[in-house]
Amino acid sequence: MTEPILRIRNLTKKYADKVIFQHIDLEVKSGDTIVIIGPSGTGKSTLLRCINLLTRPNEGQIFLNGEEITAKGINEDHVRQRIGMVFQNFLLFNHLTALENVKLGLTKVRHMKAEEAEVKAISHLKRVGLSEHMDKYPGQLSGGQQQRVGIARALAMDPEIMLFDEPTSALDPELIGEVLEVMRDLSKSGMTMVVVTHEMGFAREVADSIIFMERGSIVEEGSPEELFEHAHFPRTREFLGKISELYGKKEKKGE
Amino acid sequence: MDLGNFLSYIASGTLYTLGASLIALPAGLILGLLFALLYLYGGKVLSNLMAVYSTVMRGIPPIVLLFVLYFVVSGSVNLSPFLAGSISLGIISSAYQMEIIRGAIQCVSGGQLMAARAIGLSQTQAVREILLPQALRIALPSWSNEAAIVIKDSSLIYALGVPEILRRAQLISASTQQPFLAYSAAAIIYFALVFITTRLLGRLEQKLAIPANP
Repeated sequence: MTEPILRIRNLTKKYADKVIFQHIDLEVKSGDTIVIIGPSGTGKSTLLRCINLLTRPNEGQIFLNGEEITAKGINEDHVRQRIGMVFQNFLLFNHLTALENVKLGLTKVRHMKAEEAEVKAISHLKRVGLSEHMDKYPGQLSGGQQQRVGIARALAMDPEIMLFDEPTSALDPELIGEVLEVMRDLSKSGMTMVVVTHEMGFAREVADSIIFMERGSIVEEGSPEELFEHAHFPRTREFLGKISELYGKKEKKGE
Repeated sequence: MDLGNFLSYIASGTLYTLGASLIALPAGLILGLLFALLYLYGGKVLSNLMAVYSTVMRGIPPIVLLFVLYFVVSGSVNLSPFLAGSISLGIISSAYQMEIIRGAIQCVSGGQLMAARAIGLSQTQAVREILLPQALRIALPSWSNEAAIVIKDSSLIYALGVPEILRRAQLISASTQQPFLAYSAAAIIYFALVFITTRLLGRLEQKLAIPANP
């Protein structure tokens, strides 16, 4: 069996006495899209932040392509260059245009020449359908456009894996569709993705595997069909029922 | 003698006033920026030290500090009263500029730094490329206010015998026995300097504003 691109072993994160999540084990195969669902305050976002070392876990190990990134003495900046992250509230650099947002990492981190970086940044902005808005500042873009720039910014770094932290939950319903479409294409193109979301339609259609997390633990993991049709645990069924009812309408409207 | 004569006599002190401001403001900016960064990112010891520095410096009248610093500065290196006074004004201003920049940095959301780190920028790069360009824009209106204060406070170096605007006003007031005209002329020149400076900085602020939809 080939080594999974991401392997998490017995990961625990706590702040003081408060356990955010504990004993998480997770494997993500190359090219797969994993969707993590669960009630808020369950540690999903913190788990993503641990994966790209924005937060340090207290216990456990994370392996990226076989290399332990939680090892002592590892260069965190180098690890983060290999992992793309998309945030709930976009977090574009406010003082830079869309194009400059995407270019910055290429020139400062990858040390590409300005012209070369520009060509690459433009191609990524085209990929997310923003070739007409490249010179606009974040404050001049809609939420959906901002989030697509956020995706282009992460993709331009050629990450080995992409993490999405509730990428559509700060968006107006009518803007969700355009972001999900980009993510769907990305998943089809073979990018490895870990997505925290409440968009059940997306999960059902795109995910290779869905993970249901609650109170800091993984309750259940399986294919969309397994979870949606034959969930083992009543808690999973209950959550999926509620969330599908709540978000299903919004999502249809958005597409 | 009319106001015009007073103005032209006193105006020759403007070079000292401008010179002192042009030394004190950048010196205060460089120190203030450094101190703000040390306060926020320098670890516990340096952070506490900077907090004490700011509290003490801002708790003493500038003229008192000027005398104290003047004797410290001119006691350790041999400088003219003008240079020693200007540097002292810069040190005094650094405490206020530190607070302006610290506040502005804290206005930039922590998410901006996190996003910068997430694409692999180092802490230093993230501060330089993302945090400071935004923070300095936010700081500009308050900094413009501080620039006005420093220009006006530069009048304090008259007490060190530097022949700047106030000093020359004092001299001509004594020789002509016309204090009202003398000090009015000084007031007009100070006002003009401050007015022009804040206007220019206001324009800079507009030029640097980040475009956004209303």
